[in-house]
Amino acid sequence: MASREKDEISGIETTGHEWDGIKELNNPLPRWWLWTFYGCIAFALGYMIAYPAWPLVSGATPGLLGYSSRAEFVKEVDSAVSAQAAQREMVKTLPLEEIRNNADLLQFAVAGGRAAFRVNCIQCHGSGAAGGKGYPNLNDDDWLWGGTLEQIHTTLQHGIRYLADPDTRQSPMPAFGADEILTPEQINDVAEHVLSLSAQPFDAAAASRGSTVFAENCVACHGAAGEGLREFGGPRLSDPIALYAADKAAIVAQVTRPRHGVMPAWNTRLDEVTIKQLAIYVHSLGGGEMPVP
Amino acid sequence: MFNHATIERNATILLVLGFITVAIGGIVEIAPLFYLQNTIEKVEGMRPYTPLELAGRNVYVREGCYTCHSQMIRPFRDETERYGHYSLAAESMYDHPFQWGSKRTGPDLARVGNRYSDDWHREHLADPRSVVPESVMPGYPFLMQAEIDTKYIADHLRANQLIGVPYTDEMVQSARADMIAQASDTGEGAEDLMKRYPKSQARDFDGQPGKLTEMDALVAYLQMLGTLVDFSTFKAETESR
Repeated sequence: MASREKDEISGIETTGHEWDGIKELNNPLPRWWLWTFYGCIAFALGYMIAYPAWPLVSGATPGLLGYSSRAEFVKEVDSAVSAQAAQREMVKTLPLEEIRNNADLLQFAVAGGRAAFRVNCIQCHGSGAAGGKGYPNLNDDDWLWGGTLEQIHTTLQHGIRYLADPDTRQSPMPAFGADEILTPEQINDVAEHVLSLSAQPFDAAAASRGSTVFAENCVACHGAAGEGLREFGGPRLSDPIALYAADKAAIVAQVTRPRHGVMPAWNTRLDEVTIKQLAIYVHSLGGGEMPVP
Repeated sequence: MFNHATIERNATILLVLGFITVAIGGIVEIAPLFYLQNTIEKVEGMRPYTPLELAGRNVYVREGCYTCHSQMIRPFRDETERYGHYSLAAESMYDHPFQWGSKRTGPDLARVGNRYSDDWHREHLADPRSVVPESVMPGYPFLMQAEIDTKYIADHLRANQLIGVPYTDEMVQSARADMIAQASDTGEGAEDLMKRYPKSQARDFDGQPGKLTEMDALVAYLQMLGTLVDFSTFKAETESR
């Protein structure tokens, strides 16, 4: 670049390039741009010293600030947990009944339970806890396994038919039709009898035949009057509330080849405080029961 | 030779020098990930996918689940409160390709395993709005009918073996039997499967005994996601990450 050419009009050097007679002036960069550029370089140097940057043989340079995203995460969680430390400790150690009777703790537990419910439970039980076909409504008092705080707590901890947990709740209803324990006629009759128990229209003759079938096969888990036996998870049949459906076709289907819902055990996924909060929240939804003294 | 004018006027030299410059940047950024101890943290419990899970994973990739679901829980409190422990690099070490995803229209699935029942997954995959009314996910009811040909599963395992997944020859040979055993409702062969693949779950996932469908495979895959590492015993390295 020995011979720099100057533009005649502006008196500024050109770059020496020419495109079809057009030449470019070699104006310097704007000052603000240049200094921003140098500033960025200086910042990058500082950043490399302060934060983990250069890969070496066995690890990266740790940086003067010792930043680590995992340590940052632990700090974030610790500060959230310690902000609630007093309440959490009480929820952890006190019995459920006592937490429910303490207004402050109840508020704490219901708020925490509601948050955990939205994250973990609404997929099956619905955002309003009203359940759906195959998934129980938690707002009413028609409980399958009991609605006291302790019973809800146990269900949450160990789940239902969750085989990985040895303490899970189990209630295998036999496949009366598929395994040919009952004939199709008997199933039809017992379905009519169940309709009569739940105050729905029924065929009297079939229902009276069905009552014998019911007495021989069903009372052990569902109770003599179909009132349900919660210790075996035998659902109440004496109301038209049903997990799947209460019409005759659904009853016949369930007796023939029962469906068995599964709820996961939460004690491996959630901590004890959260499970207790959930128990109290679900209990507070409307159907919560008091323990029988 | 290496002055501005020469390089600019010589396409080949420009190309070669450009490549070298970019390669330096690439090597500095990528190469250390292969030898630095803290990027290849050893984690107990990881094992290759069972043949059925692998088939389910293929369905997951084929249907493009990753376009709406991530499998990467970041170390932030709002994420771990919702999805569970943050993801570890080792948890996707047998993924080819990994399914981290980059967008969450639906929730993260890195730890969806054992969170819902098989029934729920079946209903939800066939018709998402039947269980989650506000969902915008499309339905995949055809998975219940799509039977899987077990003929090719050993090839899938072998392909993974070639790129470094530690499948043994025994695993490849018994791939077909293992796949059928895992989806069987009788529990036949489940013991052998468990020996080869610890913590695997064997049952009739699609609720259709005697039929091996893509629903079986996909639900089996979903039910194992994030369940292999025992976080009650896991001790995180917190040094410089």
